Amino acid sequence: MSDIISLAPKKTAKDFVSDQEVKWCPGCGDYSILSQVQKVFPDFDVKKENYVFISGIGCSSRFTYYMDTYGFHSIHGRAAAVASGVKATNPELDVWLISGDGDSISIGGNHFIHLMRRNFNIKYLMFNNEIYGLTKGQYSPLSQKGIVAKSTPYGSVDEPFNPLELALGAKSTFVARSLDRDPKHQQMIFKRAHEHKGTAFVEIYQNCPVFNDEVFSPYTEKDSKREECLFIEHGMPMVFGNNNDKGLKLDGLKPVIVNIDSTNSINDLWIHDERDKTKANLLAGLFDNVSLIPHNPRPFGVFYVEDRPTYEDDLTAQIAAVTAKKGKTSLDKILSGEKTWIIA
Amino acid sequence: MNTLDLKSGKVTDVREAENIVVRFSGDSGDGMQLTGTQFTDTSAFLGQDISTFPEFPAEIRAPIGTVAGVSGFQVNFGSKEIFTPGDMYDVLVAMNSAALKTDIHKLKKGGILIVNLAGFDKKNLKLAHYPEGINPLEDGSTDDFIVYKIDVTRHVKDALATSGLGNKEMERSKNMFVLGLLFWMFDKSMDYTIGFISDKFKKVPDIMNANITALKSGWNFGDNTEVFKTRFKVDVAKLSPGVYRQITGNHATAIGLICAAEKAGIQLFLGSYPITPASDILHELSKYRGNGVKTFQAEDEIAAICSAIGASYAGALGVTTTSGPGLSLKGEAMGLAVITEIPLVIVDVQRGGPSTGLPTKTEQSDLLQAIYGRHGEAPMPVIAAATPADCFEAVYEAARIAIEHMTPVIFLSDGYVANGSEPWRFPNAANLTPINCTFITESNNPDGKFLPYKRDDRGVRPRTKPGTPGLEHRIGGLEKQDETGNVSYDSVNHEKMTHLRANKVDRVADFIPLAKVDTGKEKAKICILGWGSTYGAIKTATLELIAEGHDVAHVHLRWVNPFPRNLGELLKGFDKVLIPEMNMGQLCSLIRAKYLIPAESYSKVQGLPFAVDELKSKIVETLNSK
Repeated sequence: MSDIISLAPKKTAKDFVSDQEVKWCPGCGDYSILSQVQKVFPDFDVKKENYVFISGIGCSSRFTYYMDTYGFHSIHGRAAAVASGVKATNPELDVWLISGDGDSISIGGNHFIHLMRRNFNIKYLMFNNEIYGLTKGQYSPLSQKGIVAKSTPYGSVDEPFNPLELALGAKSTFVARSLDRDPKHQQMIFKRAHEHKGTAFVEIYQNCPVFNDEVFSPYTEKDSKREECLFIEHGMPMVFGNNNDKGLKLDGLKPVIVNIDSTNSINDLWIHDERDKTKANLLAGLFDNVSLIPHNPRPFGVFYVEDRPTYEDDLTAQIAAVTAKKGKTSLDKILSGEKTWIIA
Repeated sequence: MNTLDLKSGKVTDVREAENIVVRFSGDSGDGMQLTGTQFTDTSAFLGQDISTFPEFPAEIRAPIGTVAGVSGFQVNFGSKEIFTPGDMYDVLVAMNSAALKTDIHKLKKGGILIVNLAGFDKKNLKLAHYPEGINPLEDGSTDDFIVYKIDVTRHVKDALATSGLGNKEMERSKNMFVLGLLFWMFDKSMDYTIGFISDKFKKVPDIMNANITALKSGWNFGDNTEVFKTRFKVDVAKLSPGVYRQITGNHATAIGLICAAEKAGIQLFLGSYPITPASDILHELSKYRGNGVKTFQAEDEIAAICSAIGASYAGALGVTTTSGPGLSLKGEAMGLAVITEIPLVIVDVQRGGPSTGLPTKTEQSDLLQAIYGRHGEAPMPVIAAATPADCFEAVYEAARIAIEHMTPVIFLSDGYVANGSEPWRFPNAANLTPINCTFITESNNPDGKFLPYKRDDRGVRPRTKPGTPGLEHRIGGLEKQDETGNVSYDSVNHEKMTHLRANKVDRVADFIPLAKVDTGKEKAKICILGWGSTYGAIKTATLELIAEGHDVAHVHLRWVNPFPRNLGELLKGFDKVLIPEMNMGQLCSLIRAKYLIPAESYSKVQGLPFAVDELKSKIVETLNSK
């Protein structure tokens, strides 16, 4: 513990509330996410002026205006590229990227995968409502196949992405999933994401009450939640069900649902290891539609964590190494180059 | 004239010339670019003025021996000031049949043709699509020239017989043999090139020795064989006294950006996606890690500009480099930089378009895209470089205006100035124009809340950066309320902001030089108005026409948006205005629209720069027309 007592009063959630009126639809899941972020921020050891929020386009991306921090509301799909430039220029900044499913995975898909592999130390919150909200209700690349939306009156024939598999495939070093209607879980995940040094990708199931209402209700509503959700925790067995009476077992590399009873004890279950990428992929692959009979539960929590140098650290180290070896070249030397001649 | 060559004692024809144009032409794999560069650098070091024009195919290695694979390097060097690489060649080196076929039409009558005989066998003639039984060296078609047929391949193999190298490796040195011969012909020292080879191949002594041997045997071949009756004498140029270096446009662009960032006291960040002919700027800047230069090879053109916008937002000089197709992709993000009023330099090295077009050829057809090519009312300053060395000053000015006026700026170069080179009397760092980059750290509002869009008397908003306590604020692509920068959908406010942004760009004109006559006099009978890389050709044509007694003047624009304040008045003083451009008349449309004068367009879209002679004919024709 430090002996130095800070004289500045500890920040509260209110310190992160901007003077702008929040304009999301009543009942929108975005409110909860905004509120949880504002609640956890005072706990982080970051100067307020060092927070930067960068967003793309979509309902979620208005988030930037509601945080009393530095913020840049950029263009559709490009927040990851803007954030990369910010972080490369000033690694001291605490950069948070706010995006939606269309913004991240459709128009911004290219930037999304490249951000993951580069591993800038950026916190990436993807609000997934499986629909285009701001353009008034077209299906997104995360919408379930068959969805009837504005642009698919006869149902979508598009196969959706599994965003966590995509992130893992793109070499993301932190992959997690949470829910708008579970504030405590969100706060825990945001703290975990913030602790991680690298790109932390968090998918948040977020209800759009206007265009895709209750699409996640099996995972959020009291009567079905415990049957449909598998809350994963590092080092803990995978238990779910109304009475914590079900679990996941691994049969080789195949997850199998078992009842916890005299034949299967809790000790036989799959123990979550968030450092195991193979198993993280298996977990991410638990993506069954609830209408399937039977179907696997949907996992929530931190799927995967990996320590890998960040892009900005490698860049800074390279600059230091080259500078140490070659020194800084003076402008006059740069201007003259290696070979000159004189005309008298 | 016939003189006695004192050194060898042989009688030779020594031609004195003010300038000579040499074209090295061969297969992509023949090393013509390297040969030309070495010849050029040597000429420059000897104090001659030069201008070069490298021309290479879009394919990296088109099939050997075909016309598609011909790579050329043209250099004009002389004792007078040189502004272009020359229209026609005095000397053509053709390493194979395809090279001859491609370039022979521009060899002057009486000019010297040097061919590598090995490139004119049956196979090579066929690859160049000469009809069966036709050999241009034997059918009389080259009778207008002094032709030297040399079996370069055999001579090189003879010279390297004891080198222990294989056939293929020996053949690779044939360009050095040719270079040695040319050095003899123009009485140039081989020292510079020997130094270059020694350095380049210091780790492979066999190759180093082979190249030096080939170079020297080329020289000796000229000196000993008495085949060559002609040598040339070109004096040193009367350039302004000073220290010079050789520079290409892309290299000058790279170091101009480094200087601007350092003079402004901020980091340089380049977000770029490789594209011909702009990639060399990325390559060059990536070497300067020791100076803290951050180059970021982005996943695409859009990420490139967006990362640069992010970098500028965080306090750097954000730069993105591209060519026409990339500029199109960056359009939306440019709009973001316009509305957020963030400094940004966008470098467009133009090439032949549309689409992939002519990627290795030059054109000026992105002018209107640069000025207007965005959604919404999104004006930004646009500056264009006139020559390779001018890329330095023009991009430095672009950065200065971007930083001091909080605006994205487009810098236009093109394939011709980007790859061309010239001697440059480079400035001292201390003499560079200062760039004032101020980040405010305290609120500009006595009542408290920071006003990120409160402008100064130039219409420029304050710059701050994340990490500054107390100035937390939000910016973005939505229309902002005047002064506060908060999102506003108010219609009157939108119109006001649109005008404020436009006025800010317009007022840049108060911070740039007035237009003036470059060559000739004001109120001449005809003004040749140019912009960008046509400078050398227009200047040369104007100088020659004035010498021939015509009343011609040349005005050249550096800033194409905004125009210099006096441009309309200046142009109205001439009887006629002719605007040569390597496009369909884009500047001409702007001039006619803005000043309501009957300017005439002279358009060329062949992927090639203007020839001086064609310009002169057009100017005289225009002068004589009613």
